Amino acid sequence: MEFYRSHVLVCTGTGCTSSDSRLLISGLRKELKDRGLEKEIQVIETGCFGFCNLGPIMVVYPEGVFYCRVKEADLKELVEEHFVKGRVVQRLLYREPGATVKTQEFNNIEFFKHQKRIALANCGIINPEKIEEYIARDGYFALAKVLHEMTPAGVIEELKKAGLRGRGGGGFPTGMKWDFAYKAKGDQKYVVCNADEGDPGAFMDRSVLEGDPHAVIEAMAIAGYAIGANQGFIYVRAEYPIAVERLQLAIQQAHDLGLLGKNIFGMGFDFDLDIRLGAGAFVCGEETALLTSIEGKRGEPRPRPPFPANSGLWGKPTIINNVETYANVPHIIRNGWEWFASIGTEKSKGTKVFALAGKIKNTGLIEVPMGTTLRTIVYDIGGGILNDKKFKAAQTGGPSGGCLSAELLDTPIDYDNLIAVGSMMGSGGLIVMDEDTCMVDIARFFLEFTQDESCGKCPPCRIGTKRMLEILTRITEGKGTPEDLNNLEILAKTIKSAALCGLGQTAPNPVLSTLRYFRHEYEAHIYDKKCPAGVCKALLSYQIDPEKCRGCGLCARNCPTKAISGKIKETFVIDAEKCIKCGACMEKCKFGAISKG
Amino acid sequence: MGCACQCGSGQKEDKFEFIDRVIERYKGQEGSMIPILHSIQQKLGYLPEDVQAYIAEKMEVPLSEIYGIVSFYTLFSTQPKGKHKISVCMGTACYVRGAGLILDELEKELGIRVGETTKDGSFTLEACRCLGACGLAPVLTVDGRVHGRLTVDEVDQVIAEYKDKE
Repeated sequence: MEFYRSHVLVCTGTGCTSSDSRLLISGLRKELKDRGLEKEIQVIETGCFGFCNLGPIMVVYPEGVFYCRVKEADLKELVEEHFVKGRVVQRLLYREPGATVKTQEFNNIEFFKHQKRIALANCGIINPEKIEEYIARDGYFALAKVLHEMTPAGVIEELKKAGLRGRGGGGFPTGMKWDFAYKAKGDQKYVVCNADEGDPGAFMDRSVLEGDPHAVIEAMAIAGYAIGANQGFIYVRAEYPIAVERLQLAIQQAHDLGLLGKNIFGMGFDFDLDIRLGAGAFVCGEETALLTSIEGKRGEPRPRPPFPANSGLWGKPTIINNVETYANVPHIIRNGWEWFASIGTEKSKGTKVFALAGKIKNTGLIEVPMGTTLRTIVYDIGGGILNDKKFKAAQTGGPSGGCLSAELLDTPIDYDNLIAVGSMMGSGGLIVMDEDTCMVDIARFFLEFTQDESCGKCPPCRIGTKRMLEILTRITEGKGTPEDLNNLEILAKTIKSAALCGLGQTAPNPVLSTLRYFRHEYEAHIYDKKCPAGVCKALLSYQIDPEKCRGCGLCARNCPTKAISGKIKETFVIDAEKCIKCGACMEKCKFGAISKG
Repeated sequence: MGCACQCGSGQKEDKFEFIDRVIERYKGQEGSMIPILHSIQQKLGYLPEDVQAYIAEKMEVPLSEIYGIVSFYTLFSTQPKGKHKISVCMGTACYVRGAGLILDELEKELGIRVGETTKDGSFTLEACRCLGACGLAPVLTVDGRVHGRLTVDEVDQVIAEYKDKE
């Protein structure tokens, strides 16, 4: 084995790859080689660190120096200063929002300080394309342990006591699910991984698959042993090419070492895995629709019961868990249920990964203990709202979830608390919205999404969401009537109780929760014909403030419809008839004289 | 310029031979229809009616079943695509950071609506589901390459970058 004096970890997750981290890696290797340092300093491609908006990210060990937004042009200086002269390049360090001094060490950065990583433990630490690195971090030890020391019932008991609940949305106890499939009769059973991460704004499953694919493979083999299955399927979105590639490679490597296939660890247990690609249908994230899709058909859901644990893939007993759920399993087996159950709240154990995005300073992927408050997430980890605007809402649970308003900032986040306030955990997308976001428009945005993705099998979802979308569109166009709010609520309740699958049953949630916390915004649209956030175009009007206007005429020159007129050095005016509300004038005005409302 | 599938005479056999090969590879595997369609579309660019009919005949399933699958999943297309495919992410994070405005600008610059292809066949404009690059919102991809942290003013630069590219 070769020894290096320093290791440079460079993120190759989707976020940083999009910021050209691949070019950076090849450039860095070349630069190190040119300086004759290639035997002293090793460059390692890792999975996602989570701090995506600072990409490409680079961490240098043993010091743990965190460099961000590193460009190819910086490499010469970086190698010369850091690796030859031993001086940290201040310019490339991260500065906390509002701080005067830059932070040097990875572990001292607020974004990372408040996190506890279990599912993401290896992401950003190991090279996901090398099985040896996973094994060096105790990988496949849990599989060995269950095969040598535990009975299937013992594995299930361990999970039950740990209190692990499904991380994909519903929060169903994982141990119970496995127990149902274990007790179901059948010569053939299946283990399925739901990696059809469709919630807009959620990308934790992708990051786990890209950063630590073996964790999922190991957990699925453990699940196979526990329920008596020897075949597994991973159903992954075709939109995640890097994840698919790494999974394929990981499965191959596990096969080569005898960790998948026949007679694993010589204990007489066989287990194999196949990958199935999704083809762009959100409803396939619903478990029964996903199974129908693996069978090669239109991914339409089927009624439950029978539940997949009794009659799943091709009618055989099947368990389906999501990526993040599986990623927790090897840790629970290795460290014991007591350890896992000591983290989190009374009914929600362990941690949850959130994809933090929207109008927030630090966007990216975070993992925190269950019960962490929204305030900690938004202000301590997230660094607060972009441009220091006012927090309006956080949206959780994607199109199935709801919006949490400012008065809920101190609610500890877990499964049950989120349900109680009218939202849900969902897969963990957490989108922050500020005063410039219109909540009626957001509700319309989500309904447009679910309406488009409704498979059409059951009328409450197919027709109901269509009617709701029509009403919401009408309101955002300033044509809403007082009855609309009542009708929205009636429709929402009907769809919730009558739709066939989870997609339909949760589709009204964004409307119900915005009606609950932001009813005044709906009323402003309907009664005052105003959009308080200034988003809904039909309700906007632009004005020029005579006090601030210097009469430069820049707005008039940039107006595409010649709606602005006036004489130079005098106040200009906007003709509301001609104005198409594009906002070009407001963007161009150097004196802040143009406002919308 | 012809269409992307190159279905000129003489090459027609190649197309169907390719389909034969794909079907052969998945023979006997349960649930193989979607992987088969993925492979064929990857090669041909889209799944026109004659291709669907040929697959139906080969696999001994009704054409309606194939069409049912193709029309259900948004990644399958029955229309040829332009040389460069621009997909604007309309996930929530991108939406609240102004993806809608980026899309408007692209429509204006290219002179087409979402889902359409420019007359010269150089660009297809699509609105897509969350790409999971939320940290870089708003984002779009051109031929799979991600452009992030976009502003409306940068849209014409992105188009220009690909305009003359093969």
